[in-house]
Amino acid sequence: MAERLLEVRDLHVSFATEDGIVQAVGGVDFTLDRGQVLGIVGESGCGKSVTALTLLGLTRATNASFEGEVLYKGRDILRLSDRELEDVRGNEIAMIFQDPMTSLNPVYRVGWQIVEMIRAHDPASTKQQARRRALELLKEVGIPNAEERIDNYPHEFSGGMRQRAMIAMGLACRPEILVADEPTTALDVTIQAQIIELLDRLKDEYDSAVVMITHDLGVVATVADEILVMYAGRIVERGAKRDVFYDPQHPYTWGLLGSIPRLDRPKPKRLRAIPGAPPSLIRPPAGCRFAPRCPHAFDRCVKEPALEQRVEKEGHLDRCWLPVDRKRALRTGSLEGEAA
Amino acid sequence: MSASVNGDGAALVEVENLRKYFPIKKGVLQRETARVHAVDDVSFAVREGETLGLVGESGCGKTTLGRTIVRLLEPTSGRILFRGEDISKLGQRKLRPLFREMQMVFQDPYASLNPRKRVGTIVGDPLAIHSIGDKRDRKRRVQELLETVGLSPEHYNRFPHEFSGGQRQRIGIARALALRPKLVVADEPVSALDVSIQSQMLNLLNDLQDEFALTYIFVAHDLGVVRHVSDRVAVMYLGKLVELSPAEELYDRPIMPYTEALLSAVPVPDPDVAERRERIVLEGDVPSPINPPRGCRFHPRCRYATDVCAEIEPPLVDYGGGHLAACHHPLNVDAETLRHVHVAAESPKEADDHALPQDSAGESHPVPRAES
Repeated sequence: MAERLLEVRDLHVSFATEDGIVQAVGGVDFTLDRGQVLGIVGESGCGKSVTALTLLGLTRATNASFEGEVLYKGRDILRLSDRELEDVRGNEIAMIFQDPMTSLNPVYRVGWQIVEMIRAHDPASTKQQARRRALELLKEVGIPNAEERIDNYPHEFSGGMRQRAMIAMGLACRPEILVADEPTTALDVTIQAQIIELLDRLKDEYDSAVVMITHDLGVVATVADEILVMYAGRIVERGAKRDVFYDPQHPYTWGLLGSIPRLDRPKPKRLRAIPGAPPSLIRPPAGCRFAPRCPHAFDRCVKEPALEQRVEKEGHLDRCWLPVDRKRALRTGSLEGEAA
Repeated sequence: MSASVNGDGAALVEVENLRKYFPIKKGVLQRETARVHAVDDVSFAVREGETLGLVGESGCGKTTLGRTIVRLLEPTSGRILFRGEDISKLGQRKLRPLFREMQMVFQDPYASLNPRKRVGTIVGDPLAIHSIGDKRDRKRRVQELLETVGLSPEHYNRFPHEFSGGQRQRIGIARALALRPKLVVADEPVSALDVSIQSQMLNLLNDLQDEFALTYIFVAHDLGVVRHVSDRVAVMYLGKLVELSPAEELYDRPIMPYTEALLSAVPVPDPDVAERRERIVLEGDVPSPINPPRGCRFHPRCRYATDVCAEIEPPLVDYGGGHLAACHHPLNVDAETLRHVHVAAESPKEADDHALPQDSAGESHPVPRAES
């Protein structure tokens, strides 16, 4: 068994706003082992980014409240002091953000920003040592002419190179867990392919674990080992990659899989669409949160089902009342992507 | 311009040797020091009733091309024909009646609607500007339009911020349709939307095309989306049109190596397929359009490139069936086909028409890839 790095138990995150309390994350459980890539998928507002940010204590704010536990090697991140948290961030858990344009400081040289990061976490290292390490990192993430590029400003880098620099920064302190929030969304497909390949290689080289947040099922199909599907702040399905893709249990997962125009299949006449829009997280629907948009909802859905194992495969959980046989019969149409 | 074999409708829009350069000015005198070659000698035709997909990576010029066609940008040179009439040099006054026929749907549903105007005004403004009907007529028409795009007539008095991204995009579509245009240029209309909403929008655009007999130019970077909506697809790279083909044909049998790489880079939502598939990972980034590479613009990143690619710009060659591509080393083409190809009328002026990929001479090019 690989070492357990992270255990999230019944995590709730909510924010008080002028309009009311937003239940961004409502009861999320998962674990992460060394060497594992966990993909969290869902649409805007499903709580995937808030979950990711909370792993680093980045959602702490005066209007935020938390419940549950985020155990990193047994220590609860939610209950660490700000000072203790600083040691965890970067050293133990590092984050790669979606938009490399806004997450690098435009007025400092790229190399300087990495050096600063290294020295902040390791005050004993000299400037020269830190710079050598920064150069090494830039080479490792595939920046061409790293010796010259290290003294460039972010605007002199292309989008793909900026994302590489962000990854270099994330890796600077050899973290155990890399949290990547939509790391390829702002990039073109050809650059996306480069970055995915890079993350996959570095995960092995650094013997770390990755939490990959994305809305793109194509990306998780390529890199993830385990998948969480989130909807309106809840996990609606969780399981090993192949189980979720080939034996999906939740109608929302079917909807997601069925609504993508795919290159590997014949073109359908009409795309299958999920009707309606995700609910407000201030007043989420009672019962199953997907029920108002679910074509298969029935009377039982007024009560929300628990996230539990209903299929033979261990570790494959879902949150749907439909009997398993019924689901397997119902979903075929949805998954083929051809709308009725 | 030669109409292609599988074309049915007459050409609605023809673009001939279109160029759009943006000057880069420096110094107190604002002297032009360089130019961004955003669209560089592009020719093609869009037929009435079809959807032409325009794909490529950021900075390839696809958006600029779309905007220049509807004359939101001034072309640097070349011609744009709308129903056979040259509109590339028309002034604002003469353009106005034309805007009734050509409309645009923008990418960002948050930035493209005025937050201080009500939905009724946003959608009704084109009617008011063109003085169509009286106030009551216009209100009725706007309410009809809102229903057509899947909103409710009661939304007439609401403000944009009361709507979700998908609903806002519907408002943008209603506005574009208000004048019953012939041509709609949709610039990344679904890329800001979540997948479940994206498929609703693609179905809506499809229905509207049937209902209003629309012709679409659909600009997008998502090859899955483009395949779904398009009859034909044009691939751009660094300002050049590098491949143009009926949609299915392009996806089954790409000729230009760039298209092949682009297709192979799209992540497939199927773990087994993703594992089996050969992914061509292109090295490096798209070069700067200020100083584009000589010869074939793709050659510095191309795995098939040889000396000729760095020197001579390949012409757009017609491979039959309306499939055009610009490449010295075409893929998926057999020797027999190569003997019958010719330079397409759409080929750029600067390309060397004698640099046809020929097989008979026994030269190093072309190297047709064995069909798998």
